[in-house]
Amino acid sequence: MAESWLLRGVLPYGEGAPVDVRLADGRVAELAPGLAPGSSRVLEAAGQVLLPGLVDLHTHLREPGREDAETVETGTRAAAAGGFTAVHAMANTDPVADNAGVVEQVWRLGREAGHCDVAPVGAVTIGLRGEALSELGTMADSAARVRVFSDDGLCVSDASLMRRALEYVKAFDGVIAQHAQEPRLTVGAQMNEGVVSSRLGLTGWPSVAEEAVIARDCLLAAHVRSRLHVCHVSTRGSVDILRLAKARGIDVTAEVTPHHLLLTDEAACGYDATFKVNPPLRTQDDVDAVREGLADGTLDVVATDHAPHTSQDKETEWGAALPGMTGLETALAVVAETMVLPGRLTWRQVADRMSARPAVIGRLEGHGRPLAVGEPANLALVDTGAAWTVDPAASVSRSRNTPFAGRRLPVRVTATFLRGARTHGEG
Amino acid sequence: MSGAGGSTSRHLLSAGDLSRDEALLVLDTAAELEQVLASSTVGKLPTLRGRTVVNLFFEDSTRTKTSFELAAKRLSADVISFAAKGSSVSKGESLKDTALTLEAMGADGIVIRHSWSGAPVNLAHHVRGAVVNAGDGTHEHPTQALLDAYTVRQRLGRLEGLRVTIVGDVLHSRVARSNVLLLHTLGAEVTLVAPPTLLPVGVETWPCAVSYDLDAVLPKSDVVMMLRVQRERMGVSYFPSSREYSRRYGLDVRRAAVLGDDAIVMHPGPMNRGIEIAPEVADGPRSTIVSQVANGVTVRMAVLYLLLGSAEPAIGVEVTRG
Amino acid sequence: MTAAQSRDDGPGARGARARPVTGDPSAARPVLPPEQLARVVDRMAHEVLEKTGGGDGVVLLGIPTRGTVLAQRLAARIEAFAGAPVPTGSLDITLYRDDLRLRGPRALGATDLPPGGVDDRHVVLVDDVLFSGRSVRAALDALGDLGRPRVVQLAVLVDRGHRELPIRADYVGRNVPTSLQETIHVMLAETDGRDGVLLGPADLERA
Repeated sequence: MAESWLLRGVLPYGEGAPVDVRLADGRVAELAPGLAPGSSRVLEAAGQVLLPGLVDLHTHLREPGREDAETVETGTRAAAAGGFTAVHAMANTDPVADNAGVVEQVWRLGREAGHCDVAPVGAVTIGLRGEALSELGTMADSAARVRVFSDDGLCVSDASLMRRALEYVKAFDGVIAQHAQEPRLTVGAQMNEGVVSSRLGLTGWPSVAEEAVIARDCLLAAHVRSRLHVCHVSTRGSVDILRLAKARGIDVTAEVTPHHLLLTDEAACGYDATFKVNPPLRTQDDVDAVREGLADGTLDVVATDHAPHTSQDKETEWGAALPGMTGLETALAVVAETMVLPGRLTWRQVADRMSARPAVIGRLEGHGRPLAVGEPANLALVDTGAAWTVDPAASVSRSRNTPFAGRRLPVRVTATFLRGARTHGEG
Repeated sequence: MSGAGGSTSRHLLSAGDLSRDEALLVLDTAAELEQVLASSTVGKLPTLRGRTVVNLFFEDSTRTKTSFELAAKRLSADVISFAAKGSSVSKGESLKDTALTLEAMGADGIVIRHSWSGAPVNLAHHVRGAVVNAGDGTHEHPTQALLDAYTVRQRLGRLEGLRVTIVGDVLHSRVARSNVLLLHTLGAEVTLVAPPTLLPVGVETWPCAVSYDLDAVLPKSDVVMMLRVQRERMGVSYFPSSREYSRRYGLDVRRAAVLGDDAIVMHPGPMNRGIEIAPEVADGPRSTIVSQVANGVTVRMAVLYLLLGSAEPAIGVEVTRG
Repeated sequence: MTAAQSRDDGPGARGARARPVTGDPSAARPVLPPEQLARVVDRMAHEVLEKTGGGDGVVLLGIPTRGTVLAQRLAARIEAFAGAPVPTGSLDITLYRDDLRLRGPRALGATDLPPGGVDDRHVVLVDDVLFSGRSVRAALDALGDLGRPRVVQLAVLVDRGHRELPIRADYVGRNVPTSLQETIHVMLAETDGRDGVLLGPADLERA
């Protein structure tokens, strides 16, 4: 059994007067001012913000297949460093997580590493080929208890297949997380199609290729009365469509990544493939729109799309480089920078967007719970006075492809607790 | 004596890197070089003796590679050429490793042709020598734009205020991108003419006008630059057929007849005779196609001289190494 | 006021051609007043006629910028004295310099041969100042690539000494003993607004 901790002087959700929080037997045992240490180990955290442990709906752990870029062990350690207590591991591994064997392996590796809970995502179609459904039910029934299914990296573009997938997973309360990208509109696409791509001579990835699929899938979800989750929303048009769908009562949820909250396609100007990502960085107008969408709840959650890559896959020509950015260790700080400091979200709303709602969407038990006595002690402590400069060399992740290198971020996660045991922090 | 002697390198990566003064310096230098070479009995100058220029061609291009080779040799540089086929380049070596090899060899200048946009910029981050973009993907081809500008000035005496019409596959054309930037810098008025499918989204922000109607623009053109249209574009429906393309956007004898008396016709080559340009026009008195090739060598000599000839380069941009 | 350092900058000199004087011109003293400059050119014209047997087959090639102007003036005087025009041109030496890599960028000057070229001609190279001799060496290399003259001679307005190569002038307007710390500034009306030769401290130009 984990040792008992006493967190002293913390601000739950960044609100009210400082309190002390005792963690014992994996749960929040006491939450009140002036608690006596007793036999608990004391963590002085005066003025730090206490949040429920973060839950990522969209993480690439790369194992099995690309252990040179990331492993379950290094990826989950990076997650803990970012304040996460659970991550959803995407299915585009090698072999693909399209069967119970692979998802159970990933789930078991996560348990063994112990840095955070790993909820494997199952591939919607066999081999991510978009042709035939994987054994979704078998994965749901496996030890990994898969509830989120996605071909992420690729779109389930066949409308009929998408309809069947949406319908089929209702039997076990699953959800299809769609990577919305019309493939015929994005052949050879390298970056957002617009002013910058025209100048750089890079093949464009038009907004409409995302928006068209989201619109179609919302209508399909309405038609078959299924729930739909939309991965990494990146455009204003997508936000508008989702707002309309929600107003119509369609059961759709959506996520936005930290990098789409902060960066624009201007970052491509130096052809530094660190900034190559799929969907691509968009314009400032799109950034404004996803911020508004996250603030008003049209976008339900922030998900990292943490996509580690080796240097040889990134330090190369833009067109030859693999798309993706790391994000677990910087996610909360970027959300603070783009949403909390400008007053768009409170810390309580951050807890909603980065913990409670992703846990609900992923049907993940024991995570995303309120800060209250008796709840599982999955917690993150945030020092809002500890601005820091992102140094790729200091990454916990095995990969270094952070787009925020050299950037000053305003807050830092100082400690993370998984069921009362510390998974990140010093002293 | 190599590796740019510890001084800062500058690179020619985009036609947009050149200020008006720098662009004119290239053209004026080329004019003087042409004069010197015309009088010379040996056809060669000692200027870059002891300097090494590496031609790095990741994409086949006999014409541009030969032009750069000749330019460097006429300035007495040592020239090493790597073609994509048969070198480590085709064996999966990364651009970064190739760059480190060139560094070890002490290349003073690196001329790079690459099928990916931006590769010359990537290379410039890893080398001390001056990088010259000899065409990257669908991005830019700045020396082509310089030789085109030189040819226009040679034939018409000026660039300022000239109306230049660029016709064809602008979307995939590095020649068009570089020409729009350079001609704008030099005060010409550029109009792009193409079917809407072959114009990039965002073209409205470029410093030029855009039209879909060649017949409306031709009578008002001092210079008509025809771009090569690739037959493989047909397969993905950029246009229905080469016959229709030719009928709407080809420069045939009938269209050439509406041009002003002094108007000239250019083509960067290689041409598709009978598609974007009729043979009679390509070989006619307005055509500058042969002099474009000859001027290519002179202009590239000027670029190499201005980048490598002195302790401090006279043109181009600096790029942070690392 | 504008003037310029001699192009034949000497040992270790870094100045670019035709750069205006930026220092205090009062620190410089005239070594050839304007009215004397014309007389000196006249004398040099006579000497060329004497030493070339009346100027037959002579081609004057000026080294840009001020050498070109001096060659034109010399040609005009020779024609005035002998009654026949002298073919004149310019010969840019920039691409033949041995110190290119020690200096900042240089624009090229004009190379412009008179019709008939230089083959079998009596070429007189004309420059404003003779100093280290390296410009003349570069000019001889450049000339060699342009043809095969019968004779090559050298005319300079000012010889300031400090040769680094076995080169001497055939026609000298004025010998001006100088120290290496000093600079010669030749000014010509066509390029500088007025005529004159100034001797100044070396830092005059580089200040």
